[in-house]
Amino acid sequence: MTLLLGALTVGLILALVALGVLISFRIFRFPDITAEGSVTLGAAVAAALLLRGANPLVAVAAAGLAGALAGSVTGVLHTRCGINNLLAGILVMTALYSVNLHVLGRSNVALLRVTTLTTWSEGVAQAWLGGGAGGIDLLGWEVASRDLGALLFAGLIAAATAGALYLFFRTDLGTAMRATGDNPQMIRAQGGNAENLIVLGLALSNGLIATAGALLAQQQGFADVQMGIGMLVWGLASVIIGEALVGSRRLGLTLAGAVMGSVLFRLLVAIALRWGMDPNDLKLVTAGFVFVALVLPGAVAKLRRRRAAPGGSHA
Amino acid sequence: MLELSGVTKTFHAGTPNAMCALAELSLRVAEGSWVVAIGGNGSGKSTLQNAIAGTVAVDAGRIVLAGQEITRWPEQRRAALIGRVFQDPYRGTAPGMTVAENLALAARRGERRGLGWALGWRVRRELRERVARLGVGLEDRLDEEIGTLSGGERQALTLLMATWRRPQLLLLDEHTAALDPRRADQVIRLTREVVTRERLTTLMVTHSMAQAAVLGDRLIMLHRGRVLYDVGGAEKARLRPEDLLERFEAIRREEQLDASVAEMLRGQYV
Ligand SMILES: Nc1ncnc2c1ncn2[C@@H]1O[C@H](COP(=O)(O)OP(=O)(O)O)[C@@H](O)[C@H]1O
Ligand SMILES: [Mg+2]
Repeated sequence: MTLLLGALTVGLILALVALGVLISFRIFRFPDITAEGSVTLGAAVAAALLLRGANPLVAVAAAGLAGALAGSVTGVLHTRCGINNLLAGILVMTALYSVNLHVLGRSNVALLRVTTLTTWSEGVAQAWLGGGAGGIDLLGWEVASRDLGALLFAGLIAAATAGALYLFFRTDLGTAMRATGDNPQMIRAQGGNAENLIVLGLALSNGLIATAGALLAQQQGFADVQMGIGMLVWGLASVIIGEALVGSRRLGLTLAGAVMGSVLFRLLVAIALRWGMDPNDLKLVTAGFVFVALVLPGAVAKLRRRRAAPGGSHA
Repeated sequence: MLELSGVTKTFHAGTPNAMCALAELSLRVAEGSWVVAIGGNGSGKSTLQNAIAGTVAVDAGRIVLAGQEITRWPEQRRAALIGRVFQDPYRGTAPGMTVAENLALAARRGERRGLGWALGWRVRRELRERVARLGVGLEDRLDEEIGTLSGGERQALTLLMATWRRPQLLLLDEHTAALDPRRADQVIRLTREVVTRERLTTLMVTHSMAQAAVLGDRLIMLHRGRVLYDVGGAEKARLRPEDLLERFEAIRREEQLDASVAEMLRGQYV
């Protein structure tokens, strides 16, 4: 049960990565690899501040701002310096590796004896739900109230973030950002500064992703300079699962889908690991999954067309 | 009022492919005038519009619109003064967004975009009214994605977007060329309505000699990035498509122009 709650909690935290990837990949159609560095950057900044006794909320906010800064650098490299979007992300991701090492001081930092948002939410849950160090009864399951607290807290953050994004993307500014990804020529003809909107979008995306890194470090109790590796594909997998779940391109549903996709994906991973999958294969399997998800719809459509038009293409 | 003086644009300058699309072109369009521009393929019609709108940066010359020199303004800044409809129905709208959202973006053209609702109830009410006035039945489809609209519906909508806030200049670049004749007529009817009602200063490119003869109060013919022929007033009013055809033939004979232009025109009228 603890394992399940843990998986759900991490899934909800990583929903912020999925939302960030949704913004860069789907809304802006910008394959932004900065994400891999931003997760670690967020974790590193939060860890460094927490170890210096900062308030956890301040630490998370600072992590989000650092991520936003990294995203805007990628955006500026692409829009102002004319660097290809993939390369711009790779440059910033590579640079962030050094930055992250400097911020962390070494490659791995434990957050054991500091107050984090996780320990705080665990404490609140224990005070409210009781159960002390032991468990409480939840629909017949015995669960630790502290695990439940961390889960509820992560769920609250994921829901609030998705809700805020929904509202934001319906404002004048948010609508202009969506149009920029959809048709940059159109937004320019309507007086929008497509370049600035892209920079802003990448800042938002990486701000969320770094926030996820900060929360993840607190949940796990450590920050590691490698923790961002594979996060982009992870987020993409969540987005794809979410799209399949909600089956719609409407804004609210795609946002909700990304959150649900992240949770479901994490759950599937937990189950697979439980069934004995080698953790080393996790990234290989994830990449394979995304590959299939990207290729499958096209292949199916092709097959259908062939079926629909008997006699083949040699007319 | 629009005033271009000595506007020059060479693509791929300094290479064997150098292509002079605008050659010291000068043009004055009076306030409220509707100028129709014709010319063969590659004569510089689209480049002229792109230069005015800021999609293409010119090499030399000055562009003044509504008393402001806009030659060095970026495209998005000029958009506050200029409304545009492109030839390609896909260019003017965001396909993954709804009709209402596209219009809301146009309603804020040239303004700062902040954190106010894009589609507040007041905006929605105005949207519904103005879309209904188009008479193409889109008022009941405001929350559908643009991607589900036909080319004609998109062009009607793009025209509404371009004129939602009265522009100092309306640029139309063969905006009915991609439509079937019935849809094209409908969009021309809407164009006529809005341009005359709002007395818009308009520069319209067309390859339809029929449109060129009937529409507007002045006609210019572009050739190799220059204005070769310029009529207005009573002479323009008397103009028939056959006269324009004759003009083209004359140019062709003079310059041994590529046969494609004459071919295109013959295909339309003979
Ligand atoms: N973006 C561009 N890059 C290179 N050449 C261009 C570009 N736009 C137009 N041209 C060239 O400039 C000339 C004029 O083009 P254009 O203005 O599109 O003609 P028209 O609209 O009258 O058919 C053509 O030879 C065209 O190939
Ligand atoms: Mg053209």
